[in-house]
Amino acid sequence: MSATTEVRAAGRRRTTARTSLTQRATYPSWFYLPAGVLYLIFFAVPTFASFWFSLTRWTLFDTEFIGLENYIQFFSEPQLSRGFVNTLVYGFVTSGAKVVLGLALAVLLTSQLVGRGYLRSVVFFPVLVSTIGVGITFTALLDPFDGVVNTVLAAFGIEGPGWFTDPSTALLTIAAVDVWKGLGIATLIYIAGIVAIPQEYYEAARVDGAGRWQQFRSITLPLVQPATATVIILSLIGGLRSFDLIWATTGGGPGFTSDVIASVIYKQYQAGFYGLSTAGNVILFLVVTAIMVPLSMLLNRKEVER
Amino acid sequence: MSRATRHRVAVAAAAVPLLALAGCSSSGDDGGTTEITFLTTNDAPNPETADALIEAFEAEHPDISVSVEIRPGGTEGDNLIKTRLSTGEMADVFFYNSGSLLQALNPDSTLVELGDQEWVGSLTEEFVPVVSTDNGIYGAPLGASFAGGVVYNKRVYEDLGLTVPETWDEFMANNETIAAEGDGVAPVIQTYGETWTSQLFVLGDFANVTAVDPEWAEQYTAHQRFYADEPALLGFQHQQEVAEEGFFNEDFPSATFPDGARMVAEGEGAHYPMLSNVIQTILQNTPDAVDDIGFFALPATDAENTQATIWQPNAVYIPRSTEGAELEAAKEFVAFVNSDAGCDIQNELLPPAGPYAGTCEVLDSAPALLDDIQAYFDAGKTANALEFISPVKGPNLEQATVEVGSGIRTAEDAAAFYDQDVEKQAKQLGLEGW
Repeated sequence: MSATTEVRAAGRRRTTARTSLTQRATYPSWFYLPAGVLYLIFFAVPTFASFWFSLTRWTLFDTEFIGLENYIQFFSEPQLSRGFVNTLVYGFVTSGAKVVLGLALAVLLTSQLVGRGYLRSVVFFPVLVSTIGVGITFTALLDPFDGVVNTVLAAFGIEGPGWFTDPSTALLTIAAVDVWKGLGIATLIYIAGIVAIPQEYYEAARVDGAGRWQQFRSITLPLVQPATATVIILSLIGGLRSFDLIWATTGGGPGFTSDVIASVIYKQYQAGFYGLSTAGNVILFLVVTAIMVPLSMLLNRKEVER
Repeated sequence: MSRATRHRVAVAAAAVPLLALAGCSSSGDDGGTTEITFLTTNDAPNPETADALIEAFEAEHPDISVSVEIRPGGTEGDNLIKTRLSTGEMADVFFYNSGSLLQALNPDSTLVELGDQEWVGSLTEEFVPVVSTDNGIYGAPLGASFAGGVVYNKRVYEDLGLTVPETWDEFMANNETIAAEGDGVAPVIQTYGETWTSQLFVLGDFANVTAVDPEWAEQYTAHQRFYADEPALLGFQHQQEVAEEGFFNEDFPSATFPDGARMVAEGEGAHYPMLSNVIQTILQNTPDAVDDIGFFALPATDAENTQATIWQPNAVYIPRSTEGAELEAAKEFVAFVNSDAGCDIQNELLPPAGPYAGTCEVLDSAPALLDDIQAYFDAGKTANALEFISPVKGPNLEQATVEVGSGIRTAEDAAAFYDQDVEKQAKQLGLEGW
């Protein structure tokens, strides 16, 4: 509003002829030009180019138009069905765990606690560390034979699992590391959500004789709904397109047991099948959109209804 | 194989020097210095060899200065090479695989033809085709050839009174003995912490496939032969058999290539199906054990079909983007790699694990396992690895063989999967019949 007013004032100072134009568009059109050019060069052109290249056999040296063959090939990839299921499992497991643990930690860290500020920052530290670094560190910690974790377990007479090297535990181990690393963000969002709830509600509830659990269920939980929506959307998007942690720990292995869509795509790129991997990226984009748009609408509608 | 080869190469040969020729404009117009660059891989001893070659080269050519560039190995390196070639940003000389990986670079349109160079005359007839197209020769060897088969610990064999097996059944019997009487020695070492190492049962068996069916590679390229059928299927089945007998080292899922080299050197394991240039890693990490290490080909079902599978050396190439004085300097550098001084450096830093493909000659000080490999050459019992005869190599063989070795997939299933996997590569190359 104030911007419009200023522009109007400026316009008046110039010529009356231009006034109506500047009134309609808040800024003169040249003002949008730099951002528009950047958007065109770095987003619009590559996006449309990728649709084109996904329809070609592309060696970097030349391209050959082959219609939808890349898409057919990609869907007949034997790893893909596995990768698809793994992607969903990984996305929903990490997202669910971040919601539950993030909320629990946020409740703890908003209570009257000694060293609360310090503890809050400790929870956030893993977020600041490079994902690849985390992956390499955990690969060493969870080494089935020389790793710290299994060595400690062995001292108690427990034979630790193979973690990253056992086909049945690899994906969930990576998911657990992902949760550890990403929990700080979820906690932070929840802390902000909880702190924003007016204390009067809790006081009123206490007067009415509500216990701790009832206060949590009937006040905290419903009122942090916007925070929950944000955490779910952020962590689910992150989980569905996760790649770096998986690549740094197992590379999709052993065999293909921890492959997700993103790592299958990357392998096609590595192998030099550039058209095929571009088609994979288009598919990943569509899958993430197909899951996130309805989910986001659902979560936001709930928010409005409240 | 590409990955295995690459690693091997890197390990073994690596040393291509950086070529930075500094400005010597060919044979001197203005007396300035020509600067060129040399791109090699990051795994030891390649960077060391590059440095040594450059130092010696610059001493011989004061008007040229060479600077080294380092790249990652594996498929990451492939992409880097392709990207730099296609954008015209390639180093003036670069070190890369020969065979099918070279063919994927489209050499006729990206590389400088070197057929008129003096060193070409010294190349072995096995090597020439793997750096050539129909239109000419593109690369000079750096490092020696090497064999893929079983690297074994001779002390373990002596202690248990074993002899080198010539058939698969003899090999399994030896494993049986080692498991029973070896006092904890693992009969067979596998290192799936680095997945490329899992491919040797299949890739190292290829000379045996050729012995049974000499047409195999050609027919494979034409989409007429399959891994899902014998004889090629045997490589997968052998791996499954060894895995099911429990002959692997306990930590095979997470052990790495250097772990495997150490285990066979120190006698913690008896057999390591690997490329013979693992000896360079052993030389670096456990030099005292070098003479305890021997080599034999992966045994075929019949002794008469047992042959050693040979990998040709990697080579140095010049891209088309290098022109004028830099091109002359680059050619000088490529020639230097195979000169007497260059050979001395190769022998010192990249001790050969097989015969050389060019002018260089093996010294008496070469590792003992070289004699074992030479014996196969003398007997005419060698064949090039598949990647040097056919351009068809799927990207997922190493995952498939990890699955077989880990019991996730059966041999038959994995072979059928791999047959499907190579289709993409064949289509990408535009081969007929796919």
